[in-house]
Amino acid sequence: MKEIKTNIENNIQRRKFIKNILFSATALLFPKFIGAASVGKIKDWVLFGDYNAKDHLWGMGIDINKCIGCGRCVNACKVENNVPKVPYFFRTWVERYRIIKGKETVVDSPNGAIDGFKPQPESDGNVIRSFFVPKLCNQCDNPPCVQVCPVGATFRTDDGVVLVDKEYCIGCRYCIQGCPYGARYLDPDTQTAEKCTFCYHRIVQGLSPACVEACPTQARIFGEVKKKTSPLMRFMRKHAIGVLKPSLNTEPKVFYANMDMEVR
Amino acid sequence: MEEIVIHLSSMLKEVTGYIYPNEIELHWGLLIVIYPYITGLVAGAFILASLVKIFNVKELQPTYRISMLTALAFLFVAPLPLLAHLGHPEKSYEIFLTPNSSSAMAMFGFVYAWYLMAVLLLEIWFDYRKDLIIWASKEKGIRKWIYKIISLFSKDVSESALNFDKKSIKAVTLIGIPSAFLLHGYVGFIFGSIKANPWWSSVLMPIVFLFSAIVSGIALVLLIYMVITPLRKKEIDMKCLDKLASYLFYVMIVDFSLEILDFIHRSYEAEESIKIIAELVSGKLFVSLIVIQLLIGMIIPLGSIAAVKFFKLPAELRKSIYFVSAILVQVGIFTTRWNVVVGGQLFSKSFRGLTAYKMTFFGLEGLLTSVALLLLPILILYFLFKILPPWDEARSS
Repeated sequence: MKEIKTNIENNIQRRKFIKNILFSATALLFPKFIGAASVGKIKDWVLFGDYNAKDHLWGMGIDINKCIGCGRCVNACKVENNVPKVPYFFRTWVERYRIIKGKETVVDSPNGAIDGFKPQPESDGNVIRSFFVPKLCNQCDNPPCVQVCPVGATFRTDDGVVLVDKEYCIGCRYCIQGCPYGARYLDPDTQTAEKCTFCYHRIVQGLSPACVEACPTQARIFGEVKKKTSPLMRFMRKHAIGVLKPSLNTEPKVFYANMDMEVR
Repeated sequence: MEEIVIHLSSMLKEVTGYIYPNEIELHWGLLIVIYPYITGLVAGAFILASLVKIFNVKELQPTYRISMLTALAFLFVAPLPLLAHLGHPEKSYEIFLTPNSSSAMAMFGFVYAWYLMAVLLLEIWFDYRKDLIIWASKEKGIRKWIYKIISLFSKDVSESALNFDKKSIKAVTLIGIPSAFLLHGYVGFIFGSIKANPWWSSVLMPIVFLFSAIVSGIALVLLIYMVITPLRKKEIDMKCLDKLASYLFYVMIVDFSLEILDFIHRSYEAEESIKIIAELVSGKLFVSLIVIQLLIGMIIPLGSIAAVKFFKLPAELRKSIYFVSAILVQVGIFTTRWNVVVGGQLFSKSFRGLTAYKMTFFGLEGLLTSVALLLLPILILYFLFKILPPWDEARSS
């Protein structure tokens, strides 16, 4: 009996697999058929119809060496997620670090770097290193924001993303205080806490977050944290990886490659 | 939306160094300063009252009922600043319906309800029960009914019933002391448990909160006693006053030591955040922390009361010194709350820059609301004194 069941399951999986292959192959021949516009309509049917959060664990890799500080990710995020366009509310932003000989490191992020950075005059050639660091919610596995929320409005999903339920949030701002990374803000319109969701509405459809999509240098890599074949795992195998503020034991799922000790 | 944008753009100029872009908005303002200040007064006044019942400090008898009613009046107001501060006060009941068990803040409702219902109201009721019955029999009209209702229509003034009252008060006070510790220690824990914020994150925080609460509570009752007694054209009981000042003095020494310990511990450990905290303390917080909290609110009153003890000054001078000291202590403890709540948000969690706090005058978060919230308990206390006179001569013998 059990054998028959697994056989049927295998058949279904195989059928789905073949179907997917067929569609992928069709896409090669008729790119417009499964173009970005039509994905919305057939997505349920084809590739990610039965999204099960338990099957995934999402994370992001960021290669600091690849980031050019153009701020396209910041812009894409604001557009995609309806983040207020004023410079005080960000789900993601980019910081510029300039490590100067014999001086304090200078960090800036004008308007979250949504328009990139203006070149700074070199201080007599004394800049030792300069680099850009994209920041966003670290989607911690041990999230302090979730711990402190008095009503449980913010929670960690099965696929490892920390979300806020607007309907539940009472706007006490305790989570904003609890976040060590400054990744949360109070939405001025809804008066509820807001944050990066890894573009949850996109990832359940098999798309990547808007910032990842917009990045011209592929400095951001989105994917599964626990599946060997995922691009994120490949990225993590290839680089020495660091996370922000590891001493706080928040267990971030945003992994940085080529991170300087000045970054925090 | 526009209002906040205008407000935040003006803040942008105040920022020094680098702060995370979301940190320009300072989230917990004046209202959240008032909240621990008021709960501190509640806990402090109650602990003072329990000194009479549990430790049998006879000298403090004249202030026993005053402190209980003070605690009650302030406890009524305690949740209001929190409520006013919420983005969605209409959803606040969610804290009771679906509390998140891992959240310190979620426990507020329960701790508050426990303290109000199981401790304060019970103790006051048992203490006043006999008087309420007698007042109800003496008074007429609406007052009679008020007393009848408050006494919950009890009529038994037999010896055994009165003994039961006494026993109950003792029992409630015994539960009450740890509850008062819980109430305010818990408020300290709300801040002390935030590991993201090195200014708050300290195991000492609940204990410092507790002792500063007792300090502020004693000082407040001392002030109320000193103001109300001449208003009633009565003599101030100097034995009581001296005792109050003594207790204030001892608790202040403990509080002071704890704060110094915290300071030494921080600077000795000199963790990652020490640079920015040093910048904060020597800059934006210098006046409120070093000058007001430490010097005016702690060292001067401590020194003054010590001088009184040492030189055996005449009664009139003692009175003035106690009075001024108690006011300074109130200012000091209020600034302590300010320095914790606002101070903890003035530096960026990137430890690279400082932001600022600009108080508004109007609006829910403004100065006006806060002043009203601080005056409201005084008004409530006035009515409580009218209905439940705490004076000894009002007691039925």
